[in-house]
Amino acid sequence: MASTETTDPTAKPPVRDSGIAGVEAGLDALETTAAAGTSFRQTFVNKILPPIVAVAVVLVVWQALITFNIVDDPAKLPSPSDVGNEFKDAWLEGRLLEYIWTSVSRGLLGFLLALAIGTPLGLLVARVKFVRAAIGPILSGLQSLPSVAWVPPAVIWLGLNNSMMYAVILLGAVPSIANGLVSGIDQVPPLFLRAGRTMGATGLKGAWHIVLPASLPGYLGGLKQGWAFSWRSLMAAEIIASSPDLGVGLGALLENGRNASSMAMVFEAIVLILFVGIAIDLLIFSPLERRVLRGRGLLVKG
Amino acid sequence: MATTLAKAADGTESVEYAARIEHVSKSFAGPAGQQLVLDDITLDVAPGEFVTLLGASGCGKSTLLNLVAGLDAPTAGHIGTDGRPALMFQEHALFPWLTAGKNIELALKLGGVPKNDRHDRAEELLELVRLKGSYGKRVHELSGGMRQRVALARALAQDARLLLMDEPFAALDAITRDVLHDELTRIWAETGLSVLFVTHNVREAVRLAQRVVLLSSRPGRIAREWTVGIPQPRRIEDAPVAELSLEITEVLRGEIRRHGQH
Repeated sequence: MASTETTDPTAKPPVRDSGIAGVEAGLDALETTAAAGTSFRQTFVNKILPPIVAVAVVLVVWQALITFNIVDDPAKLPSPSDVGNEFKDAWLEGRLLEYIWTSVSRGLLGFLLALAIGTPLGLLVARVKFVRAAIGPILSGLQSLPSVAWVPPAVIWLGLNNSMMYAVILLGAVPSIANGLVSGIDQVPPLFLRAGRTMGATGLKGAWHIVLPASLPGYLGGLKQGWAFSWRSLMAAEIIASSPDLGVGLGALLENGRNASSMAMVFEAIVLILFVGIAIDLLIFSPLERRVLRGRGLLVKG
Repeated sequence: MATTLAKAADGTESVEYAARIEHVSKSFAGPAGQQLVLDDITLDVAPGEFVTLLGASGCGKSTLLNLVAGLDAPTAGHIGTDGRPALMFQEHALFPWLTAGKNIELALKLGGVPKNDRHDRAEELLELVRLKGSYGKRVHELSGGMRQRVALARALAQDARLLLMDEPFAALDAITRDVLHDELTRIWAETGLSVLFVTHNVREAVRLAQRVVLLSSRPGRIAREWTVGIPQPRRIEDAPVAELSLEITEVLRGEIRRHGQH
């Protein structure tokens, strides 16, 4: 780095260190604050307790409606214990995990397929002007089309089978994932691109080292929404297209409950659908998103 | 486009300048047709020289820096630099998904430094900007002054012979800025870098530079040049610095006043 051709006109006198190292160290210490960790008690009070209370309140109100005979038709509103028994029977007969697994395996496989298609599609739309002009508006429009609308054509084209389920999931989730990536890339600060270019990150190198990591938060948002859409589309497909060959997933369980006029079974299915949707989000997507945002200082603790 | 001069066959460099700006003009398409931003700028930065470009808003000083950095092409004229220059911005422009150390390592990687050497080199550079022990810190965990020092270390990691600085200390508080002036002067003396430093702060320009170049506004033309003979280390409060700053400020005000007389 030292330039050897430095000559008289640019000769520099040596710089004396006027004790600025100390001033600097002081400034650094003053301007950085150590982040305090949160105790388990705090986490429990702030994060875990409130949803438990909310669920308890719902159960109490529900039981009160039954106990005080406000709703006295069990065909309209089964008691919490009826629904509990439904769960217990399904568990003892080994059906409960089967219901969940049938749907979750379908949902996750469909989501992974949507990921594999939506990611390159999003890259294409974000980077190629012609592609963006051609299908960009359609892609964002598709997000507002309820995916249940795809069930009838999918049944006609593919028949009552798993491929039809996957087709419906893809049509629901691919636009979300692609759009998430597009908006993530659109929101990359131009300053990062300029900084990258001065460092020699252009073309593919620039995409790999700058554009992709910079767009990760938007992409993760898209994935999260993509999962929600996958799950919803799948439930719609399972409710409408039930067939003995397809096994009993959660949607089919709901439909079976309706056919059997068993409100307890309907409730069981609804609770399971809700539970799985929330669990996948809490176990996979939220931790991933939090990690990325926290690493970048975009998430305020508390 | 900034062009790189060919190196001689024996590997030694036959370049007698860090940057050569020859009759450079730049215009942008504006609402009232082509708007001339820079008009016939000619300026050399010698190897190891510290030059500040001084001017009011609209003098195109940042535009000129972008042209030298090769981020944009001049409308007319020619710019030559000794290798690809490093550029530092007013905003730190550090990548928030990387730690301080990894930001520096990315610059080293893109500059072709072998994998095994990168970590040690990054630690060295952090030590140079007095941030030893901050390798694993995330960008948001650093103060404004520390961020700019990491940005400086990252710019130095590019091993460029010319460092372009676009008002890098403008967003900092006065005390931090003072400290960073001292650091920059020290690092410049230690590394033998050439620096082209853009600012609108007259005292900062005099505090740092060997040569102050004043640009007029709309369009930007070189209005005047001063050679600063005050020995380093200077302080921004030193009487000779204040004196020269006063003189330059008068000329700068004269330039600005012309725009009010239509």
